[in-house]
Amino acid sequence: MSDIKEIIGKICPEATFEDGECLLVSVPEKKWYPLAKSLKENKDLDFDVLSAVVGMDWKETIGVVYYFTSTSHNWGMLAVKVEAESRDDAYIHSVSDLWKVANFQEREVYDMFGIKFVNHPDMRRFFLRNDWVGHPLRKDYDANPELNPIRLEDEINEDDSRVFVENAEGKIVEEPRKVFEKDEYVVNIGPQHPSTHGVMRFRASLDGEIVKKVDVVSGYIHRGIEKLTEGMTYPQILHFTDRMDYMSAHQNRHCLCMCIEKALGLEIPKRAQVIRTMMDELMRISSHLLSFGCTAMDLGATTAFFYGFREREMVLDIFEKTCGARMSMNYNVIGGVIADLHPDFVKDVKHLIEIMPERLKEYHKVFSGNLIAKNRLKGVGMLSKEDAVNYAITGPSGRGSNWSCDCRKKHPYAAYGEVEFDEILLDGCDSYSRYMVRMKEIEQSCRILEQLVDRIPEGEIRAQVPKIVKLPAGRWYQQVEASRGTFGVYIESTGEKTPYRVHFQSPCFNLVGVMDLTCSGYMIADLITIGAALDFVIPDIDR
Amino acid sequence: MGIDKIKSMKREDFKDNEYIDKLVDELNATGANVVVGKMDELINWGISNSLWPLCFGTSCCAIEFMSLGAARYDMARFGFEVARNSPRQADYVMVQGTIVHRMAPVMRRLYEQLAEPKYVIACGGCAVSGGPFKNSYCVVPGVDQILPVDVYIPGCPPRPEAMFYGLMQLQRKIKVQKFFGGANRKEKIEEFFAEHPEERGEIG
Repeated sequence: MSDIKEIIGKICPEATFEDGECLLVSVPEKKWYPLAKSLKENKDLDFDVLSAVVGMDWKETIGVVYYFTSTSHNWGMLAVKVEAESRDDAYIHSVSDLWKVANFQEREVYDMFGIKFVNHPDMRRFFLRNDWVGHPLRKDYDANPELNPIRLEDEINEDDSRVFVENAEGKIVEEPRKVFEKDEYVVNIGPQHPSTHGVMRFRASLDGEIVKKVDVVSGYIHRGIEKLTEGMTYPQILHFTDRMDYMSAHQNRHCLCMCIEKALGLEIPKRAQVIRTMMDELMRISSHLLSFGCTAMDLGATTAFFYGFREREMVLDIFEKTCGARMSMNYNVIGGVIADLHPDFVKDVKHLIEIMPERLKEYHKVFSGNLIAKNRLKGVGMLSKEDAVNYAITGPSGRGSNWSCDCRKKHPYAAYGEVEFDEILLDGCDSYSRYMVRMKEIEQSCRILEQLVDRIPEGEIRAQVPKIVKLPAGRWYQQVEASRGTFGVYIESTGEKTPYRVHFQSPCFNLVGVMDLTCSGYMIADLITIGAALDFVIPDIDR
Repeated sequence: MGIDKIKSMKREDFKDNEYIDKLVDELNATGANVVVGKMDELINWGISNSLWPLCFGTSCCAIEFMSLGAARYDMARFGFEVARNSPRQADYVMVQGTIVHRMAPVMRRLYEQLAEPKYVIACGGCAVSGGPFKNSYCVVPGVDQILPVDVYIPGCPPRPEAMFYGLMQLQRKIKVQKFFGGANRKEKIEEFFAEHPEERGEIG
């Protein structure tokens, strides 16, 4: 860590350091872009993954906390804090040219905090309507419903965008831009479309049947979870995670619980750790089965959909017996899990593991080996490893581009350190690889379950947790491997019983950011299969 | 309750809905014309047994709706199986999930595109009242703020059985409606829209 301090100190002498959970570097806004460039390009640092962009309002100042990791060096995370010079007219230099993932992340920060990013190519709102008044996550936001009533008219001027650039005198000026030119042929897909896997809206500019550019319009299910959390106590905010990526409900909630437990310094009983791990893997199986079914259905293969759902129901039955619900299980709590396992749990899991290999063969027979499936998925939606890293595409989609990004291997949590499993990496970089990674991960999940099912230790299921959960002042960031990639939770606390700020870094947010890159140059019909193979869940993007 | 009993929908199995009982009494207060009443029955029998939903899922409830379509729950048994992707081919919209401000105009337009007779089911806590997100700055607290709702299904998400129950309540409601003369549900919809006017913006 001292190395990093030395190198950064040389590049930017104004930087101040703060040791904590991970090293936090504070830099003045004026020095931020040169430092960012060095972080990315200096081979000694080589922070090539931008893991999270967290907008912050510290009341006196407003700014952004960036979290970086490196694929080549093994020195954990680095946080960089940048404060805008003025609160009301806040500007920060954009790093979207260095890390492409920042493109949408910065638009989200602009939408929620009103921080304008200089040199960002497309400074529009991301989640809210373009006629929205105010920026909701600012602490001085006026929540008067009369300012923003339920509008039943369409948004106008959707093609208008703008950039903020520095002119010759160093003053920041606004320049209008158009998303699509007047003579472009734009096809609208969504928000109500069965193959966008939810309410995502794409606007695709076409040249004949070839896609030239995809404009992602998000926010059709933006529920403002991050703002809601600020008014609730820690146990009350847990249930939101189940409703973000409902196909990774256990993992997401696990992550938030781990983040709170880390801040409280809680030791989790061994039994709870193992139960959590098993539930995570069951959830992953159910998610990948749904993904298999939906990918098949998007290509018109209805039988495969029924096959996928047949086994998924078995997993849901296991959940229902132990957690009491098929979806939105609300099972993890701070300190452990809410209820002990159902007596049938071991028997049911064993049965699932036993039949899964046979069923997987069936899936491959009905879909994976199918000529149509191969033609539609192979060589389509190419995403190179460099792009996957730059766009921070984690999870099965990143591993389909041969990027080793599995959190369970990188920094094992819960019981993952004690089990053997392979990180599935394929180098096809196309939709088919992403699909195959999922199918093979089902096998690996079964392998993890097999090792744990007979070794569930006896003991407590929950640690002793204070009646009123109060986190000490500070900031924490926790990542887990959800079904679709690395899920992150950022909590900043001032010592109160409600959080000062909670940010959820969802994997699907990054997945949808790559749609423009992966779809350009392919047919319009491929847009659907590329989306299916990336497998994003919209409420996870919008939160 | 066995599945065969649900399918036949005997009245004694569903004596739990005061609203529909009241509706039946209201409709039969002035008696029914023999010829027209029979035609009503025929039409209602047809509509109620081939209700085609519009695929409109925004979040978790949509996944449970997919389970409804899969083999285990198999909504084809009741005539719901033809899920349409275009509102023009659908009979009802089952709102599955939260409706937020950005979605509200889209939702309203989809409803307007449905062909008459059309029905709305609010499925899940979010569509019923805003659910856990009720206090949010951009969530519509219940889809009944913008659409006339026929059936509410609570749950987060509702179990597939609960969805079936809600769908069957809609079937019951349809079975007592009158197209020719008598009480007309279309009037009620017009009343609703008079109370919830739409401000049309200029479309640029």
